[in-house]
Amino acid sequence: MFRKHSAFPYVLWSAVFIIIPLLLVAGYSVTTKDSQTGEVLLSLENYQKFFDPLYIKVLWRSVRLAGQATIICLALGYPMAMILANMPVKKQRTAALLFILPMWMNFLLRTYAWMSILGKNGIVNRVLEFLHLPQGHFLYNEGAVLLGMVYNFLPFMVLPIYTVLTKIDVSLIEAAEDLGANAATVLRYIIVPLSVPGIISGITMVFMPAVSTFVISALLGGGQFMLVGNLVEQQFLLVNNWHFGSAISMILMVLILISMAVLNRYDTSSEKEVNMI
Amino acid sequence: MNSKIIHGVNVVKEFDGVRVVDGIDFWVKQEEFLTILGPSGCGKTTTLRMIGGFETPTSGEILFDGKSITDLPPYQRPINTVFQRYALFPHMDIYENIAFGLRIKKLPESEVRDRVSNMLKLVELDGFEKRSVRSLSGGQQQRIAIARALVNEPKVLLLDEPLGALDLKLRKEMQYELKSMQQELGITFIYVTHDQEEALTMSDKIIIMNDGRIQQIGSPIDIYNEPENAFVADFIGESNILDGIMHEDYLVSFAGGTFKCVDSGFSRNENIEVVIRPEDIVFTKPEDGMITGIVDTIKFKGVHYEMIVMQGETEWMIHSTDMVQEGTEVGLHFDPDEIHIMKKVKKNV
Repeated sequence: MFRKHSAFPYVLWSAVFIIIPLLLVAGYSVTTKDSQTGEVLLSLENYQKFFDPLYIKVLWRSVRLAGQATIICLALGYPMAMILANMPVKKQRTAALLFILPMWMNFLLRTYAWMSILGKNGIVNRVLEFLHLPQGHFLYNEGAVLLGMVYNFLPFMVLPIYTVLTKIDVSLIEAAEDLGANAATVLRYIIVPLSVPGIISGITMVFMPAVSTFVISALLGGGQFMLVGNLVEQQFLLVNNWHFGSAISMILMVLILISMAVLNRYDTSSEKEVNMI
Repeated sequence: MNSKIIHGVNVVKEFDGVRVVDGIDFWVKQEEFLTILGPSGCGKTTTLRMIGGFETPTSGEILFDGKSITDLPPYQRPINTVFQRYALFPHMDIYENIAFGLRIKKLPESEVRDRVSNMLKLVELDGFEKRSVRSLSGGQQQRIAIARALVNEPKVLLLDEPLGALDLKLRKEMQYELKSMQQELGITFIYVTHDQEEALTMSDKIIIMNDGRIQQIGSPIDIYNEPENAFVADFIGESNILDGIMHEDYLVSFAGGTFKCVDSGFSRNENIEVVIRPEDIVFTKPEDGMITGIVDTIKFKGVHYEMIVMQGETEWMIHSTDMVQEGTEVGLHFDPDEIHIMKKVKKNV
């Protein structure tokens, strides 16, 4: 009985802040407002509208950029997590802290900082000028958006992998070496398979915010690289079409849910095993 | 062919300036069952890890068949290890666990299959190929760990307290199984334990370590009957250890009396320590005893009673199947060959 009651604040919280807003979004997405009469009508028109090549292109660009960012984060983050996990314990804490430190700064501020680094009169161009090298346009292109994503979301890849790596029993690595495995074999057959749960949560935690971001693309892409997030923002704040905006959000949500379900399929088998150690 | 398959020469290991292994020399012959015995923190596991290649000696050498392997990484040594907590790979099934070493050697699949199934038969777990590690009990995991090491046909098998996590009954069973496996396969075993009974039961040769130094090397019988110092006497079985003086060959005095003994070769009036095993002492009438005392406490131990007899301030432990009431005055008797004389060593605190 007591347990049931003590869950009440959480139930209330999720009802007010998660379930009701979700239902509202779902409700908006399947209705339209007649522009003349102001009547609200049930319709799937918003969803239909999204399947215009124009919007599909935006969705594809979002998925592609988020996917690229995730792959780069994994490629950079895994070795970083390994280096972190192999440090002596004392240094490990400091290094992990240094790693998290930028995350304490405002996200927007960090992205603005990149604008001043990459901008026309930014640090990069100044350095190039000083070295008498030709200056370039680094801002407002796809590369800048990708850089912003990788920079902002890299810690979300490193931390879960680092956590899993530190939990791997050293004697498993020693056992593999004992059985004749050199460092590369140990990495391939022991360390990587055992860190799959960390990789999965890293991918989820990078891909999800990357696919729905609108700040990074707005600031570093200069509005030329519209992503799904920007589309939603635009519908709500500029066009004032909450119905279409909600439909896009719902589509994005379903997309994320599907990708999570696919990832979890890889996860379930190995996670149980690793927890056992 | 060198009969010393593993030979440690003046091996030292320091961790952050602390000497964990302090210059030890030892060897093990082919097909021998060697046990390194000692209390926790004595350096026995570190010694084993240096043989396995998981630690590099600070100084000294480890020879395999006369050739130095001191700087070889673990994967280049013809040695396999059974780890304390088994260290089975949780993401592989039993078959893949055992096949791991063979797969690395790139053996053909048919040979891998044969050898794995032979090993499973040896450890009496055939039919477990597709089981997951976590579905096995501690004893079964233990057997798989042994199979995974033995399948590679190592020249030397290292075992780091492999039975420590098992219950008493299973432990005894596994002791016999390990011993018979070792004899059957003719592999050299180097076994680390803190359990003196385990060491006495299984080994051909025991190395007793304390504070990073070897206290005694010998057969189980030698070590039990002729402990070289008070530490060994105390660590192997129960014993009464007393300070004494060796007057001349075959004459020693301790506990307020002077007695005949069978030891010689000490200097005149040398300070020594005397060990008498509690089961070697028999009760007599007070007037017939070499020593008299009063029975202080009695504990029932199953096969025998453990009694403490107070001779003034001196405690004597006696194991006997006869019970004597508390408070009774008794005489104690022991034969000259049951008095073991040991050189006095400086105690390391």
